[in-house]
Amino acid sequence: MCYGKQIRASLPVGARIEKERNKKYINMNQEANKKEALFSAKNMELLRKPLNLDNPITVQVLGICSALAVTVKLEPAIVMSISVIVVTAFSNLIISLLRNTIPSRIRIIVQLIVIATLVILVDQVLKAFAYDVSKQLSVFVGLIITNCIIMGRLEAFAMANKPWPAFMDGVGNGLGYGIILIIIAFLRELFGSGTLTIPMVGELRIIPQAFYDMGYENNGMMILPPMALITVGLIIWIQRSRNRVLIEEK
Amino acid sequence: MSNKYIFTYATIMIVIVAALLSTAATVLKPFQEANARAAKMVEILKSFGVESSREQADELFNRYIVEEIAISSGGEVMSLYQKGKKVRGGDTRPFELDMKKELKKQLAGEPATFPLYKAQKEGKIFYVIPLYGKGLWGPIWGYIALKDDLKTVSGVTFGHKGETPGLGAEIEKLPFQEQFKNKVIWDAKGNFTPIDVVKGGVNNLAAGQQLHSVDGISGGTLTSNGVDAMLDNVLRIYKNYIVALRKK
Repeated sequence: MCYGKQIRASLPVGARIEKERNKKYINMNQEANKKEALFSAKNMELLRKPLNLDNPITVQVLGICSALAVTVKLEPAIVMSISVIVVTAFSNLIISLLRNTIPSRIRIIVQLIVIATLVILVDQVLKAFAYDVSKQLSVFVGLIITNCIIMGRLEAFAMANKPWPAFMDGVGNGLGYGIILIIIAFLRELFGSGTLTIPMVGELRIIPQAFYDMGYENNGMMILPPMALITVGLIIWIQRSRNRVLIEEK
Repeated sequence: MSNKYIFTYATIMIVIVAALLSTAATVLKPFQEANARAAKMVEILKSFGVESSREQADELFNRYIVEEIAISSGGEVMSLYQKGKKVRGGDTRPFELDMKKELKKQLAGEPATFPLYKAQKEGKIFYVIPLYGKGLWGPIWGYIALKDDLKTVSGVTFGHKGETPGLGAEIEKLPFQEQFKNKVIWDAKGNFTPIDVVKGGVNNLAAGQQLHSVDGISGGTLTSNGVDAMLDNVLRIYKNYIVALRKK
């Protein structure tokens, strides 16, 4: 796929890069414009792949920062996961609807505006009608807008696919992100505090007092970010041992 | 894609987004403010042990809060309101005073007034003082309720905007707040001791010191320091008024 040789050498660099990019999008769009049933195998694959083989955190290595920040307890991890699923799905949908109109030179800015507007609107509506949920979410608003997964999916998928597949892709990646987040938060809270905090239910003590009386102590390191990163590493290790296909060729 | 297209596209997008966000903010503002006021009442009630939902907040607030007072930093009573109606003093209801703005005014050397709530529950009197300060990532706030001896803490509540979940954010949770019950802000010798948030275990301190200290949060040192500073700075403002009231 050597686009370079097809572009006239006499064009200035900027215009050449833009032509290449536009050609790439036209090719991807032609593929995507073929008709597909709503829940066809291809669309369901968009939901399934990010859960394991194309997981945004463990395979695409995106969104690590929030995976460290909000996984000290289980409840914020769940709230954050739901928010990311909603924002990724709907920003994918919006950008996909607009994809043929966005000027390529400002497309990153346009994507950022769509994400930020969506998150702010959701936060404002929650503050008015679901105040308690919005109080939990307000802390994360900044973290969601800067989450690389959302921008990453917009660039890699929504810009060149039809709205419904883009929506499914957003949901799939959000779910993949959510699963990892919940696993990490589960381990960190269980071993770091001996409890599990579930939304609407509250804090449940899991490790009984009897264990502490016998000398068991909470692992303080689990509450700190480095352990979160090590936990992600362990999950990647387990995932690759079970799926040899993920191991890169030397 | 010509430059003209790019500029037009960008301009139209900005106009649409700005219109969308400002419409949403304006239309939703009354609902948001009502929620915020109710949440504030819930926090004040919670500090002296009255559990309330946001729907019941207004009714319970009027039932339990007998006086709203605004004091100057010198300890002078500037206005007195009861059940939302002015009894004497200025035009601003103490409930509407913004601690953040008043503290800023005071720092700038301008005259500032601070709210204080007198509550009555089951025959006992409580005094609720609002708190406002700086956490690690953003503002922190809360309410401290004193028993009628104006010395013993009946309870506290804390809130924050952006502290780290599981670390600094724990100031919002019951275990941290429970520690403050029955601590004192005046020690046996009569010294002013706004509660200290200490690192390393309250149980390791001398018995006299334990009475006005609580444990900080492991891993949330800077937020804990913020709480310590907030109690120190704000209670100092109310000190003169409290001293005068205790003498009576």
